[in-house]
Amino acid sequence: MTLVRNFPFFSIIIAMFSGIISSILTGKQAKNVSLGAILITTAMSGAVLSYCLGTGQSYTYMMGHFPAPWGNEIRAGVLEGLTALLFCIVMFLAVIGGMRHTFEDVEGSKTNLFFIMIDLMLSSLLALIYTNDLFTAYVFVEINTIAGCGLIMIRQKGRSFTAAIRYMIMSQLGSGLFLIGLTLLYDVTGHLLMSPAKEAVAVIEAAGSYEIPMLVILAVISVGLAIKSGLYPFHSWIPDTYGYATPTASAILSGLVSKGYIFLLIKIFYRVLGRENVIASRIVNVLFVFGLAGMIMGSVHAILEKDTRRMIAYSSVAQIGYIYMGIGLGTQAGMVAAIFHMFTHSATKALLFISAVGLYEVSGERKDYRSLRGAGYRNPLAGVGFTVGALSMVGFPMLSGFISKLLFATTALQSPHKMMPTLIGLAVSTVLNAVYFLRLVITLYTRSGETGSEIRSAGPDRKENGAAICCFVLLNLFLGLMSQPVVQAIADGLAMFD
Amino acid sequence: MSRRKDNYENSRWLKFKRWVDGETDTLTAERMESAAPEEKIGSGKIRKEAAEAGGKETTEENTDSKAVEMPAVSLSEKRPGDFEPAFRGGRGIRMYNRFYQIMSILLCLSIIFVLLWTIAYLPIFGNAGNPDNNEVSARYIEQGLKETGAVNIVTGMILDYRAFDTFGESCVLFIASCCVLVLLRIDSDSQDERTKKRLEESNDRLFEPKNDIILQKCACVLVPVILVFGIYIVLNGHLSPGGGFSGGAVLGSGLILYLNAFGFEKTEKLFHERIYRRITVCALTFYCLAKSYSFFTGANHLESGIPLGTPGAILSSGLILPLNICVGLVVACTMYAFYTLFRKGGM
Repeated sequence: MTLVRNFPFFSIIIAMFSGIISSILTGKQAKNVSLGAILITTAMSGAVLSYCLGTGQSYTYMMGHFPAPWGNEIRAGVLEGLTALLFCIVMFLAVIGGMRHTFEDVEGSKTNLFFIMIDLMLSSLLALIYTNDLFTAYVFVEINTIAGCGLIMIRQKGRSFTAAIRYMIMSQLGSGLFLIGLTLLYDVTGHLLMSPAKEAVAVIEAAGSYEIPMLVILAVISVGLAIKSGLYPFHSWIPDTYGYATPTASAILSGLVSKGYIFLLIKIFYRVLGRENVIASRIVNVLFVFGLAGMIMGSVHAILEKDTRRMIAYSSVAQIGYIYMGIGLGTQAGMVAAIFHMFTHSATKALLFISAVGLYEVSGERKDYRSLRGAGYRNPLAGVGFTVGALSMVGFPMLSGFISKLLFATTALQSPHKMMPTLIGLAVSTVLNAVYFLRLVITLYTRSGETGSEIRSAGPDRKENGAAICCFVLLNLFLGLMSQPVVQAIADGLAMFD
Repeated sequence: MSRRKDNYENSRWLKFKRWVDGETDTLTAERMESAAPEEKIGSGKIRKEAAEAGGKETTEENTDSKAVEMPAVSLSEKRPGDFEPAFRGGRGIRMYNRFYQIMSILLCLSIIFVLLWTIAYLPIFGNAGNPDNNEVSARYIEQGLKETGAVNIVTGMILDYRAFDTFGESCVLFIASCCVLVLLRIDSDSQDERTKKRLEESNDRLFEPKNDIILQKCACVLVPVILVFGIYIVLNGHLSPGGGFSGGAVLGSGLILYLNAFGFEKTEKLFHERIYRRITVCALTFYCLAKSYSFFTGANHLESGIPLGTPGAILSSGLILPLNICVGLVVACTMYAFYTLFRKGGM
């Protein structure tokens, strides 16, 4: 066995180990350990991706001395490698970009705890991506939830406690439903590992037994993970959570955590329940409808919002709606579009949160979006970053958002019943997106009357933020201009799921 | 009579009733009550004064505007919940609120009904032909002793067959204790006047020693027994029912009893925060490294070279015994830490 095959396991363990040792380090040391761990996992994910692209096959990795139906297992393929790579990059840039605020918002002696949360969050996200075992997935969903709560409430001012409690209640509800689903699934299949469970599900479907439990399992798992990722009617925790956490936490929670759950849902659909069964059960239609509702209502809420960060948070509701709409189309191409939009959104939303930080800094840290007037001149880099992010969300050509909208539209043409709703939804949502995002961008580049009064000289500590913004913009351009290999890789990876 | 009324006004039931009636929003209102308002205003004043002093010196507009913003934030914290003003808005909203409550109850009932209804279609509990009586559990039961060396099959399952999940579980405990630390630890380095005052006012250590003779005598008898029993459960995890999680919980409760009887001063002679953290880190590090070694050799089809020993002996079953000790230590430390953090005055 080549060394590369060990890398998924190594990256999970390294991230976890760095979290464990950070608890006896100081904040600064913990920061370095954390950044080092993220860089190493990034490199390893890249290696896994290139290895899988090279061999054109996925592989399973035995965690221990016991083979598949008895011991734990993880699995790596093109899609896993790609997602892990992108998540690691976004995580790294988000941590770098919000670094100064992290040290301001978090009490001195608790900084190392913040980085413990980051490390364990990374390891749980990687485990959710690589897992081939349902119960492992649940355990790491738990770690993810608790780490998310910690990341929100570590900024102990404003409404972050309320936000953390909301997040915890909704998230635990989702975890609970997911666990009920897994328990029922184990009861009817007798397996926790994905591949044997899938065979058992195929036998059950062929025999036609356990029809009602299977439907309930499907519904409960989908709803549980939909609550955790913030699909429209369950979105009430999103604005507070993303609006009041420290910027790094907002970027990570919106960009990565919700995507981790969606990835897990897709994995369970493909690798356990079987895509045909999922489509036959018509649960995808439910997801489609709620996705469409989310696309419209999220944007409407965002337009009504005055607080910039809450506005970006509501935009997340809309974007999650896009992803579920793609899943709801029920075709392979729809799934590819959904996954591509997942990547787009994690790169773009993190960019928006991180560049909003740069804009706040030069505008007296006020929440109202009108106070950002002229901020684009005061911090040009953050202004450009925010503009690129906003245009990408609206779907400007050359940027990643355009490609995902194009993919959604072309996919919709293949499914006759869902074509018109999808196209209309896309059009309305794009216009609504443009209303609030362009309003923000125009505000950024409107010269305020009292120039000079609020200008703060560019300090050396803004370099990190600027560098992160530059990298995010490049990532966005990469996804927008070189989308073909990425889309191809997603399609290949999905084909390996079956 | 009046005293009874007071008690009723402070009771949880009244709060709950008021919440059901839609008079308060528990999420924000409870916090308002717990945080004394004058304290907040005081802190706001302090901040403002400090900011004014700073503003005069540096003449930077920004600090000033930031300082004005900060009291505004604390004011908005005090503003009662999002939807409380709405309650005063009129009858329609009150009706809507009532409707909302009824709908939520109906929704819960229907979910309960659906789940119970599903159970009726599941395989009958304990039936030999059930799907979960398959090759997986057969191998655990038949080969478990030979392959893991653990007489207690459950321990063999969680610490050998599915050790990765258990590693995740112990990390759940670790991160939960980190979250409680985030929430409850009072930063002693902080120069904030308010924090210092709070630390001095409400420190349980100031009321010690309590010297409750009954408690102390009982503890003298019970604590050694509890601790020995806990250690027994941890060490015999692979031989008899028990293991790291349950034994650790017993150990932790013994420590908590000791703390209650004899106070912080005596307990901290041998067990304080630094030691707690070192033990946790060492245990988790050992767990992480040992299991990584085991996973790595297993996945690459190498011999791990760890002897399984004779089943039934105390030194047997390979890595399970040390792992049980690690889990036990982590659980005991986490329980003790939770208790001390929930006491006033921090660890």
